[in-house]
Amino acid sequence: MAIAEQQTSPQATPGSGDRSWHGIVLQTLKRNEISLVPYVPDRVLTPLIKNLHADPFFTTFATAREEEAVGIVAGAWMGGRRGAVLMQTSGFATLANVLASLAVPYQIPLIMFVSERGTLGEFNYGQSLVCRTMRPVLDSLALEHHTITRLDELEFIADRSIKQAVTTQAPVALILNPLLTGGKTFDK
Amino acid sequence: MNTRNTKVMNRFDVTSRLIGKLKHEEAVIGGIGNTNFDLWAAGHRPQNFYMLGSMGLAFPIALGVALAQPDRRVFALEGDGSLLMQLGALSTIAALKPKNLIMVVMDNGIYQITGAQPTPAASVADIVAIAIGSGLASSAWAADEEDFERLVEDAMSAAEPSLIAVRIDDKPGVGTTRRDPVQIRERFMHGLGVREPL
Repeated sequence: MAIAEQQTSPQATPGSGDRSWHGIVLQTLKRNEISLVPYVPDRVLTPLIKNLHADPFFTTFATAREEEAVGIVAGAWMGGRRGAVLMQTSGFATLANVLASLAVPYQIPLIMFVSERGTLGEFNYGQSLVCRTMRPVLDSLALEHHTITRLDELEFIADRSIKQAVTTQAPVALILNPLLTGGKTFDK
Repeated sequence: MNTRNTKVMNRFDVTSRLIGKLKHEEAVIGGIGNTNFDLWAAGHRPQNFYMLGSMGLAFPIALGVALAQPDRRVFALEGDGSLLMQLGALSTIAALKPKNLIMVVMDNGIYQITGAQPTPAASVADIVAIAIGSGLASSAWAADEEDFERLVEDAMSAAEPSLIAVRIDDKPGVGTTRRDPVQIRERFMHGLGVREPL
């Protein structure tokens, strides 16, 4: 945990009043009553996932595949419980079918946090290519998306985007850029 | 599949028997294609949800409903081809152990709606063995219609998620679901008590 924070979040200050990126995301989820958080693991998201597991407010668990997590939060929304899905860029690339056949046509406020790989120093050619498929897919479905690069803008963008998704019953993707999270380091 | 000591049943008949057992506004998620055509034909209920795509996600959607409403029993109807597309969902469900989730697999060993191409469940893959191997101990083949009804009744008071697999014939679905996704979702949310009609 300490190592992960050191690698991925130079601004991290653990404990109450945590103004790290992952502390802000966790508090924003909580404030918007988003309690169900399935995810597919990602190195950069590790501190957020660990803190979600540690907080009894959240039901958080890994799924085998990202589209499974989307199905789960779609079902939960219809049952009256709010959820969000955590994934990395390559996971988003598996979602075109479920976005186009479930989240968009059924008008479900699917909230996605995507840890951005494939940019700003990416070392894996496959990751850099798959990253370039993400925004065209989002744009082709006219899906709201924001790339968050600054800690001071994170809370505003995340909070307002969640509220817009819920009130307009439309999916939203919040892309967590390496400028915000520190990204994945080269030596792994 | 031929070695299994289970009767080949009919999807619409089995679905109708399931609906006939429901007494407490249980939710029912129909997978794509014939599974939800027969769910519709068995008589529309506000607690039914009909998928129009997203092959393989009937169980994950039902899991979400089950996690949102732990006091309501939630059924999901899935075909063997659809389930094989999303087998990881079985492990996720086994790990979470939602006691109010009941999975029904309609196994005819073919991708029926796309031209009846055989699935691996027709020859080599055993859905119940896969489910048990995924951690869903309460998984069983229904031997015949009466056994299916008994398994449904057991599942409705079970303390862990249940999976019931049914060998079915290749008869097409009886009805055709109306294909208005927003209407389907709104009526489902009304049926679950989440929304009030305007």
